Amino acid sequence: MTPTRPLLELSGITKRFGDLVANDAVSLSVASGEVVAMLGENGAGKSTLMKIVYGLVRPDGGTITMDGRPLDISSPRDAMAAGIGMVTQEFSLVETMTVTENVALSSVGLGRVDVRAARQRVVDAMDRVGVQIEPERLISTLSIGERQRVEIVKALFHECRVLILDEPTAVLTPQDVRALFETVQRLRRTGLGVLFVSHKLREVAEISDRVVVLRRGSLVGERATAEVTTHELASLMMGGTAPEEDVASAVGLPVAEVPEEAPVAPREGAGTAERRPVLILTDVTLERPGRPALDHLTFEVRPGEIVGLAGISGNGQTELMNVLGGVELPTSGRVEVDGAAVTRLDVRGRLDAGLGRLTEDRRGSVVPQLSVEHNLVLEDLPSFTRRGMLDKAAIRAHAEEVIRRFDIRATPTDPVSSLSGGNMQKVLLARALSRRPKVLVAAQPTRGLDVGAYRYVHEQLHELRDTGAGVLVISEDLDELRSLCDRILVLFRGAITGGLPVAEATSERLGAMMTGESVEV
Amino acid sequence: MRLVRRGHEPAWLPVAAVAVAVLVTVALSAIPIRLAGANPRAAFERYLLVPLSSTLGLYEVMLTATPLLFTGIAVAIAFRAGYWNIGAEGQFLMGAVGTTAVALNAPDLPSWAALPLGFVAGGLGGLAWAWLPAWLKRRGAIDEVVTTLLLNPVALLVVQGLLNGPWRNSETGFTDSDRFGAGYDLPPLISGSRVHWGFGVAVVIVVITWFVFTKTAVGMQIRASGQAPDAAKFSGIPVARLRFRSALVSGAVAGAGGASQVMGVQHQLTQGISNNYGYTGIIVATLAALSPVGVVLVAVLLADIAVGAENVSLVLQVPTQLGAIFAALLLLTVLSAMELRHYRLARSGRRRHGATPVSAEEAS
Repeated sequence: MTPTRPLLELSGITKRFGDLVANDAVSLSVASGEVVAMLGENGAGKSTLMKIVYGLVRPDGGTITMDGRPLDISSPRDAMAAGIGMVTQEFSLVETMTVTENVALSSVGLGRVDVRAARQRVVDAMDRVGVQIEPERLISTLSIGERQRVEIVKALFHECRVLILDEPTAVLTPQDVRALFETVQRLRRTGLGVLFVSHKLREVAEISDRVVVLRRGSLVGERATAEVTTHELASLMMGGTAPEEDVASAVGLPVAEVPEEAPVAPREGAGTAERRPVLILTDVTLERPGRPALDHLTFEVRPGEIVGLAGISGNGQTELMNVLGGVELPTSGRVEVDGAAVTRLDVRGRLDAGLGRLTEDRRGSVVPQLSVEHNLVLEDLPSFTRRGMLDKAAIRAHAEEVIRRFDIRATPTDPVSSLSGGNMQKVLLARALSRRPKVLVAAQPTRGLDVGAYRYVHEQLHELRDTGAGVLVISEDLDELRSLCDRILVLFRGAITGGLPVAEATSERLGAMMTGESVEV
Repeated sequence: MRLVRRGHEPAWLPVAAVAVAVLVTVALSAIPIRLAGANPRAAFERYLLVPLSSTLGLYEVMLTATPLLFTGIAVAIAFRAGYWNIGAEGQFLMGAVGTTAVALNAPDLPSWAALPLGFVAGGLGGLAWAWLPAWLKRRGAIDEVVTTLLLNPVALLVVQGLLNGPWRNSETGFTDSDRFGAGYDLPPLISGSRVHWGFGVAVVIVVITWFVFTKTAVGMQIRASGQAPDAAKFSGIPVARLRFRSALVSGAVAGAGGASQVMGVQHQLTQGISNNYGYTGIIVATLAALSPVGVVLVAVLLADIAVGAENVSLVLQVPTQLGAIFAALLLLTVLSAMELRHYRLARSGRRRHGATPVSAEEAS
């Protein structure tokens, strides 16, 4: 595939948010029939750059040209008119409307909608991409992968010539990723330019013709994909100083390529199998209108093991977290922590029974306006209260100790809202671990964290496991689960479809289970 | 020009924002004062400085501030918990009704019994009026903004009904209640002034509130419930129960304000017993950013303006309503400034539009 002249060109794009330089004079181009991958870890400035191209953020400097003509993009409408289409991680589809209506919706003026003509155009656009979805189907009946394809069709409907896919595989099963890649190849052959934004090296290596690497807001490298190794890309992404295993684990390289991070076998020496499980769920069901969010969910976590719970989001993870954490009571079933039934206990009762929790929604677990020291004791106020009064000295001493032990970059009196994501996660981790839980339930424990914090969280979870506690990690990131866990279970429609020791948990097998195919444990 | 969100906010920013808001308020309210034919400078002096520059004026300000302290702290207590009690007006009125019920039925009590009883009855009246919306909120998740607000005119109708019926004045036949027995007269806080012990009670309530919010575990739980209810629930804090209780306490404090007003100022129940104190309390609490210390400062400031407005209207022959305009403008500008301080002005990116773009060679 020989790229022709550049179609979309960015030059010198600069964007500052206060002191933070999100994009520092970034220049790149996409030609017709070319797939350019933009690689960078979380926080490297990829999203900001894409928002600038799509008119959601105004740059402080730099120019954008299409076919050599300068563009002034101040809204997504301008971007679309210039031939730029974007598919973001969050879809903008109306669930109660059909595929045709959704596609037509984005181009409706004040006049009436010619449904027949719209349908025909939708079908044409789908043919171009090789997408087969009934135009009359409601969005609510489509899978996540199908919805993403509808978004792509929507972009093509606007005669787009450059398509931006922002982290398109984050929400997909391995099978859906395959289908997406085929779609992208087909689009490329029709002469479309594709900008593929990702932080996953493997995907980038597979799909792109050219890779540009963004680090801390600057363009640090540009390579032809065929002439570069994944390790070179990884070190570009991380900067020269990061040791190789950091690089690989952070960017989602297959575990096999990273011997240092090789999965640890379940500790059989300690005789974990005979010891009483620290977390047992038996037939836990949570009814919801339609179908149950949790459907006779049954599994256990033994002391000294890290169990991963894989699954595509929306299959009961949030509800499971609520039921485990005591925020919501299950309709039926039984939850045991360290041998004691906690099914009907409130949050406090569960904490006392030995449960620790680390939620996905970091900001939803702290009170941002309260200080670090107060957030640290929020779950355990009675221990820091004397006759109803806050024991200031004890709270401060606890905070200082925890800050030292967990290396939190803050003072006890800083409001939590002023902390970075990594430090906030450390506060939450410290809060959960300082009560010495028998079992820790962690949802997406490293989402959005930088390499250092990512490593740190994994170390802490391993350390907790090694002291004999059980850990349950709920995550959509298979690579993370494989590098962290001893055993991986798969959640599908609120039930476990199977479990595998980490050594046998290949993407293909997990992927099959994540879409509902049962696999023997 | 356009607004850009600030990355970092210096500590002096809120102070500067309030200062700017005050300047804008002064500038804007100069217009209607001018239109009313007065000299804005002279008017401002009288609004703000004259009441505070004499002992008598100061007493008047304290007297006017008293009901605002009650309603302001009442609203702050509820808002802090994340319960939007807009019903302090009705709770204040029902507090006055509660006190009146006791005073009319036991007119001859000595003051050592009558005064505490009067306050308790007022508190219970306000609490009772706050209970229904709080219960509906807890049981049925019914929006308390609507229910508390709608109960305000109902409370006024209750007062009017009582004054037109059973409590009509037995001597004059007017729609005021009989005068309370002497035991129910709140003694002056400062002898020789009209400032009564209601002011002292209000200050005590403010201090207790400050103490609870800053020093106790319950206070921290209430703050967490108000600022981040989901996180509070996650941490095992009984958010709904705390809100329910805060709502009742809020109602009781507003009701105590009604008790203070009937026993300290009117000595009888009148239809105009609440001069919109409940609504002004929302302004007080909001301007004070829900801080107890702030409630005191803002209540005194608004009282200062109200007292000054009387003076201005007498001396400069302008309507007293200009004082209300001034207070309302202050609320709007302060709230706007507090929001706008999160942003800074930046030149629009369009400037580069006509300029020669960075050449393509440089870029590639």
